Order: sequence, then C-alpha cells, then structure tokens
Amino acid sequence: MILKLDHINKAYHTGKLDVPVLHDVCLHVEKGEYVAIMGPSGSGKSTLMNIIGCLDRPDSGTYELNGEDVFSRDDRSMANIRLRNLGFVFQNFQLLNRQSALENVALPLVYAKVPKKERRERARAALERVGLGDRVTFLPGQLSGGQKQRVAIARAMVNRPSILLADEPTGALDSHSSLQIMELFQQLNEEGVTVLMITHSPDIAAYAGRVCDIFDGVISERNGTVNAAQEAERKAEQEAEEALAKMRKRSADMLRHGSEEKEEPDES
Amino acid sequence: MLENIRLAFQGIASHKMRSFLTMLGIIIGIASIMSIVSTIKGTNDALKEKLVGSGNNTVEVNLSSGGEQLSIYDASSIPEGVPVVSDEIMQKIRDLDNVVSATAYNKRFVMDNSMYYGDDSVTSFNMYGVDDQYFHTIGYKLKSGRTFLDSDYTKFRKVMILDQTAAVKLFADVNPLGKTVEYGGQPFTIVGIVSKDDDYEPDIQNVYDYYSNLDESNGLFFIPKADWPIIFNYDEPENVIVKADVTEEMTKAGQSAAKILNSAIRSNSENQATYQAQDLLGMVKKQQQLAQNTKKQLIWIAGISLLVGAIGVMNIMLVSVTERTSEIGLKKAIGAQKSAILGQFLTEAAVLTTMGGLIGVAVGFALSYLIHRFSGIPAAISVPWSAGAVLISMLIGLISGFLPAQKAANMDPIEALRRE
Repeated sequence: MILKLDHINKAYHTGKLDVPVLHDVCLHVEKGEYVAIMGPSGSGKSTLMNIIGCLDRPDSGTYELNGEDVFSRDDRSMANIRLRNLGFVFQNFQLLNRQSALENVALPLVYAKVPKKERRERARAALERVGLGDRVTFLPGQLSGGQKQRVAIARAMVNRPSILLADEPTGALDSHSSLQIMELFQQLNEEGVTVLMITHSPDIAAYAGRVCDIFDGVISERNGTVNAAQEAERKAEQEAEEALAKMRKRSADMLRHGSEEKEEPDES
Repeated sequence: MLENIRLAFQGIASHKMRSFLTMLGIIIGIASIMSIVSTIKGTNDALKEKLVGSGNNTVEVNLSSGGEQLSIYDASSIPEGVPVVSDEIMQKIRDLDNVVSATAYNKRFVMDNSMYYGDDSVTSFNMYGVDDQYFHTIGYKLKSGRTFLDSDYTKFRKVMILDQTAAVKLFADVNPLGKTVEYGGQPFTIVGIVSKDDDYEPDIQNVYDYYSNLDESNGLFFIPKADWPIIFNYDEPENVIVKADVTEEMTKAGQSAAKILNSAIRSNSENQATYQAQDLLGMVKKQQQLAQNTKKQLIWIAGISLLVGAIGVMNIMLVSVTERTSEIGLKKAIGAQKSAILGQFLTEAAVLTTMGGLIGVAVGFALSYLIHRFSGIPAAISVPWSAGAVLISMLIGLISGFLPAQKAANMDPIEALRRE
C-alpha cells in the first residue's frame, strides 16, 4: 500500500462558522494504480489533493505514505516528503517563465542538492521521456500549452516520486493537447508510476483505472469504470441547477419589467 | 548558493530599470562616502608629504627664543652665550642612531646689499654659508659644475654655488660657470649650479615661508661656511638640519640633536635662546586629527542616504516577493525548505546592494578624481575602505532583505498557488 488515508475530517473555520469540507474520507491506493478523483467544484477535491500533497493538514484522521505516518511530522519533514515522494502537476503548469525548460525540470533536483552535472543529465532525460528532448533550451513562453504541461510533468517525474499528483492537468488545454497529456499519463502508469488525478471531467476521469467520486466532502468508490447511476444523478443535479439558474434569471427579468419607474437593479 | 546568485542576477536583469533605481540609493550613499574618504585621505597624505617631505625626512633645528625662530641679521642680533656649532657637536649629532646626516649652516636674507655680475645685479636674495653635508642632506642635486671641496673650506676659497633661479636671474643666457660675481666687495667664482628635485613645490605654511619663498624666487646663493665670517665680519651660530632615517623618527632625531646643541650653550638669562626642533609630525597629526573629525561627520551624513537606500531595497524586495507569490508557492510545493526560499531572496537583496556598492565605489573614485581635477584637492584611493564599503553594502542587503525574505519563506503554498 503506497497511500493510506483514513477517516480524514476537515472543516474551514470562517469566523464563528465551521464549514465542513471533508467528511470521514478514506482512500487507499496501491503501488502502480491510476486513480482519478472526480467531483464538481466545491466538492472538497482540492482540499483532499492538498492533504494528499502534504501541503495541508486535516482536523483529524491518519495518512500513511509508503507506510510512514505523515501528519506527525514537522514542516521541514513535510517539505522533504514533497521533494522525495510526490510529484505535482498543476492546471496552470506553474512554470518559471524566465527559466528554460531544462532549468524548470531541474528545479526539484536543486532543492534535493543534486550536483549540477547530474541535475542537467536527469532533467534532460526527463524531458526526453515526455517527448521534449528537442525543446530543452526553450523558455515556457516559446512552448504551446501541451508542451508546457509536458515540461511540468517532466519536472514532477524528475526526482522519481512515489506518486504523481495531477490537479486538473488538462484544465487549461484544448482537446487535442488534453488527449496527448492523458496518453502520457497512461504511458507513465504503464511504466509503473502511481498516478492520482483530480478532475471534474468524466471524459478525463475515464482514462484512470479506478475512479472515486467526491461530493460535498464525501468520497465514494465507483465500481467499474463508469457508474451509470451516479452519472445519472450527476446529470439530474446539473439539470436542476440549470433550471434553478433559469428561474432566477426569469424572476430577475420580471422584477425589472414590473417596476419600470424604478432604476435598473444592480446586476454587477 | 551559486544557483541563488545566478537566479538573483537573472531577477535583476529582468527588471533593469527598477533594479537600478533601487541600487541608486546605495550607489549615492557609498559614492559619497568613498569620495569623502579618498579626498580626505588624499589631503592627509599631501599634508604629510608637504610638511614632512616624502622620503626626505629632514627636520630643522633652529635657534629660537620665546617660541619664535631667531633670525640673525647683524652682530647685535646674535644671541648671547650661543657658540658657533663645533665639529665635535656635529659629529655627536651624526652619531645618533636615527640620524642619517646633519648639516650646520648660516643663512642670511639679504635686502640691503646686492649681488653683482658686471652691470647686472639682484637684490633681496638668500645667502647661505654651508658645510659639505648641506646639499645632500637637504636633497639638492648638482645640475652642472661641482660642489664644494674640502680645499674650498681649508683654503677659504671664494667660490659660490647658485640655484637655478639665481642662475637665470643674474646670468640670463650666459653660462655662469667660471664667472665671477661680487658681493660686499668680495669676488666669488661660480663653480656649480644645484636644483631641488623636479617634483619640488614650495610649501607655504606661514608668513616666514612666504618670505623665504619670495626670496627663493630671486634665487639662492651658497658659499662655503668658512667664508661667512669674512664677508659678515663676525662668527655667527648656525642652524642645523638633521635627516632622520625614517619619517616616524623625525621628531625624536630633531629633539636629540637640539639637546646636544643646547648642551654647548652657556645659559645667562631666562630668555636664553635655545635650539628647538620643529615638530613636523606633531603638526601633521594635529591637522590630520582635524580632517578625521570632519570625515566622521561627513560619513554620518552619507550614512543617512545609505539608510534611505536600505529602506528602498526593503520596499522593492517586498514588491518582488508579492509579485512572485506563485513562484514561491510552486517552489514550496515541490519541496523547497523555508531556508531555501529565505536564502534565495536574501541572496537577491545582497546581490542587488553589493552591485550598488561596487558601482558606488567606482562612482566615488570618479567623483574624487573630478574634485581633484577641478578644485585641486588631492584624492587617494583607500583599499580597505573600498573593501569595507562593498562589504557594508552586502550587509545592508542582508539586513533590509531579511523581512521580505522571511515573508516569502513563511508563505502558505496553497494560498500562494491559488493566486495567479
């Protein structure tokens, strides 16, 4: 078992009100798995990702990474776990724009105190692995969105992490680039990399070997690739939401037309 | 560390204008300190050189009374009880450990008589009766002819040596060597011409110097000391110049010589004239102390501009940290320790101010050179001060960069990544 989350609870404390975000979340991931966590915005998936990514701590619960307890550690040691065991891929790439692709990829190795020569070699190898061997000296501004994300994936992989964490990795990409990135993830997974991906898109989640749904802070395992019932539920909810929005708009219109002497209601 | 410095240069290069303006405060502060320091050091060096003489180390031991140097102009002005300096006494002075050479000489500023060459003459000039040690002790160089020989002294030969000014004044375009001039009814044959070192400049410290400089402009005439009583008709006590082996020993050598000379004086009254050595080193020290105090005050003022510069650096570093929030978030997310982030921003601030310091030192030297060019105040480069200035600039960067760097290091990566 590479990742073992048990009974995670987390609430945000805004003023006097506690807003619950995660409720008794349990997630176990085996080595070599490809897991997608799917949920709409506000479902708590980002908070869960931050906790898995050792960037945040829950109010209660346990987290074992490679059999080691995470939450008992101090900040220094958490940073070390991020450096050695986790690779991050973000929606908006998070590349340093003044640095070349190679320097971006080599960044984690700088913090891992790898000697310069080895840094360059490993970064180059990582870029070649994602198919950007001919772009090492390019600045992020000279790369397409898909290429940028591949640089980010190379950076996430360069320190040989236990898990690759991807937060909406295709969120800022067109469908063609998205396809390429998903193929890359699949390829990496086939080579033995454990991948944990967060997405709101069922199309993207479909690439994963295993999908977990998260809704209002509650996680549920899906049997098979696509759970028809849940998909229907999600669709129904979406429709209800759309209907509600329509109703709101209509009532607003009515208000406006019904009181023409009055000034326009502020819609900004 | 090297990586941080490289990053810092990259950061500075990507905001050239902003970085330069930020550095400007440091540049102005350091440049003003450096120009103050080098100008004052230059003045001090020049002062020492002028008063003490560079490498010459001669100190005058003059007959004085009541703190004033005595000048002898006729028989009645010869102080009582002061004998002519004997050869034994001169030998004793020359035997002093810190004395290289010593000379006893008579000097007369002649205003009431003239030096004639044919129909030409000069009035107002300095006559010197010198011993055989005079020229090399004082640092005169023979330009042509010869210096005085032992036989000139023993045979009371009426020979004369001129300085170049006198040669020009009296002889215009005739070669003076071998010519005969007349003074006080006595003929003197010109045997040599001497001059001070080429870099000699008259140093005017007081009104006496002014007069003697004025006199020198009409030239100096040297005769053997043995001839002195022949033209002036009486024995006259001499003044002495000793040359010390090192500058630091000048005062001591002068005082020892004065002590030996005074031992030969028969004291008669309270106002007895005695030999007093000039305390040139003491004078230099006093002057330098004065300059030092001025320097301190000026540096405090310049320090204020450094303080303003430091605040500017802190301000721009805070801006830089805010601008690079997502970069910091990313770096923390991929595992950078707090100390690494702290180090990065501290390095950037230190590189910025160190560059400012280096430019400031260069500008400071340029400024002091310009001051030297246009006002003649000498400038001297001080290596320890330059190194200190660069070091202090670096320190300013570390201090003013600390708060912003800590802000960066303590940033919450989740918050930081959320921002674009």
